[in-house]
Amino acid sequence: MNKLELQKTANEIRKGIVTAVHSAKAGHPGGSLSATELFTYLYFEEMNIDPKDPKKPDRDRFVLSKGHTAPGLYSTLANRGYFPVEDLKTLRHLGSYLQGHPDMKHIPGVDMSSGSLGQGISAAVGMALSAKLSGDSYRVYTLLGDGEIQEGQVWEASMFAGARKLDNLVVIVDNNGLQIDGKIEDVCSPYPIDKKFEAFNFHVINVADGNDFDQLKAAFDEAKETKGMPTAIIMHTLKGKGVSFMEGQVGWHGKAPNDEEYAIAMADLEKVGEALCQK
Amino acid sequence: MNKIPNRQAICDVLMEKAKTDKDIVVLCSDSRGSASLTPFANEYPEQFVEVGIAEQDLVSISAGLAKCGKKPFAASPACFLSTRSYEQAKIDVAYSNTNVTLIGISGGVSYGALGMSHHSAQDIAAMASVPNMRVYLPSDRFQTAHLIEALLQDEKPAYIRVGRNPVEDIYTEENCPFEMDKATVLCEGTDVAIIACGEMVRPAYEAAAILKEKGISATVLDMYCVKPLDEAAIVKAAQNAKAVISVEEHAPYGGLGSMVAQVVGRECPKKVITMALPDAPVITGTSKEVFDYYGLNAEGIAKKAMELV
Repeated sequence: MNKLELQKTANEIRKGIVTAVHSAKAGHPGGSLSATELFTYLYFEEMNIDPKDPKKPDRDRFVLSKGHTAPGLYSTLANRGYFPVEDLKTLRHLGSYLQGHPDMKHIPGVDMSSGSLGQGISAAVGMALSAKLSGDSYRVYTLLGDGEIQEGQVWEASMFAGARKLDNLVVIVDNNGLQIDGKIEDVCSPYPIDKKFEAFNFHVINVADGNDFDQLKAAFDEAKETKGMPTAIIMHTLKGKGVSFMEGQVGWHGKAPNDEEYAIAMADLEKVGEALCQK
Repeated sequence: MNKIPNRQAICDVLMEKAKTDKDIVVLCSDSRGSASLTPFANEYPEQFVEVGIAEQDLVSISAGLAKCGKKPFAASPACFLSTRSYEQAKIDVAYSNTNVTLIGISGGVSYGALGMSHHSAQDIAAMASVPNMRVYLPSDRFQTAHLIEALLQDEKPAYIRVGRNPVEDIYTEENCPFEMDKATVLCEGTDVAIIACGEMVRPAYEAAAILKEKGISATVLDMYCVKPLDEAAIVKAAQNAKAVISVEEHAPYGGLGSMVAQVVGRECPKKVITMALPDAPVITGTSKEVFDYYGLNAEGIAKKAMELV
């Protein structure tokens, strides 16, 4: 996909996120929207996957360690063809296979269940280790929140990944700067994030704008070239990106728009979509 | 006098099976020696993973390995494995239904005088309450070997607890009746039913011999399968007896005794006495001294039975 196509796809994924969360009357739009370009780039450009064969053995794996941003993953999977986009409206509804956190037993394309922060990265490490033990060539990607890295298990996993030189593993940190209780540096600062991963023997790539596809492409190309150590991509993003009243607002971490707000959000995204069509 | 601990039996089976099954992966958390897995690590370095002192990582990595087709056996002291990494066991193993076998070594009060931090008297309650987690406390080395072989036949999560010290044999290599998820009936009687698991099976069996001399006949069940519990065996034993005694190396709440009482109360109401560790940090001493102090030995069990009938 070229950049314009990726941008259009990301915009459609954003509509799905907002629609799902509105329909559920609950959910986590902020961190789903900050990582939308990342989801889009991984599933439409970077990863070796096949929606028609979600379990093909040599597929690349993705673990959403920050599981609460499930709406972002679900909308991406739906738009990629794993299941109908229409199903996004069933998010969190009684009996829906789309829970508030990913359940790999019921959702096509989900490689690992998650929800408890800090655990997904270890599971991703296990997958990368399995590939190494078996001589398989698939790569493993995992997305963490910047608040999530306050969890101690993240650093157990990082120590192991660095020690084992898992160069088939890419850890991405969505550094949108906000967690439930406020700015991450006010709650319990994880900064400097890059130096921490460096100290754990990662190759670290700082991405100034993780909502920019050119920068994401450069980062993932560099990660692929990296041998002998795992890669950490620390991407600075905007929480709530694409929806005017959600951008940079901590209150939209885990809240659904009402009908009026939903209309504004969709109008924002329609406008972006129209502008992209003019290009 | 048997000198081979149950953990050694686990290593022996895994080493034999790993010859042909290259998907078997053994993981430890700086615990290969305590788990008797050093021979495995030396013989199959490519199938052995040392994660360091990081139990949470140990369990989640195992789940990731299982998701990619491996058969991980994660061995770590039961005290840490069942509590430090409880959430990982709950979510990444049980809920995610990954083919991970958690091996809690040096379980119960095996570590004796090391104290509360190293005792795992809550692991049955913790693990059994998690949906899709199976819980096994094998009694002797022969049964342990059968259990590991059976677990290699399926792809479901399980937690096993074994003790640190060798326990006297109950079975023999040639005569070890084993059916997966079915209790083994060691003897049958009509006065009292004694239901035990893990290291308490042997003293329960010895208690039956003491009782026999006193003219009291006892049924003894080796309930190594705590979950799924062999309810039919409990009901049958309880129906034939005047009272039921459960014996376990565990806290008095949420363990085998609680589960037995639940079944007996529902199916054939009868007095159930739960013999267990106290609801308190245990007295300092070796595990044998601790058992003797709390009456968790053949004499103590027999005495309790005589009071009942």
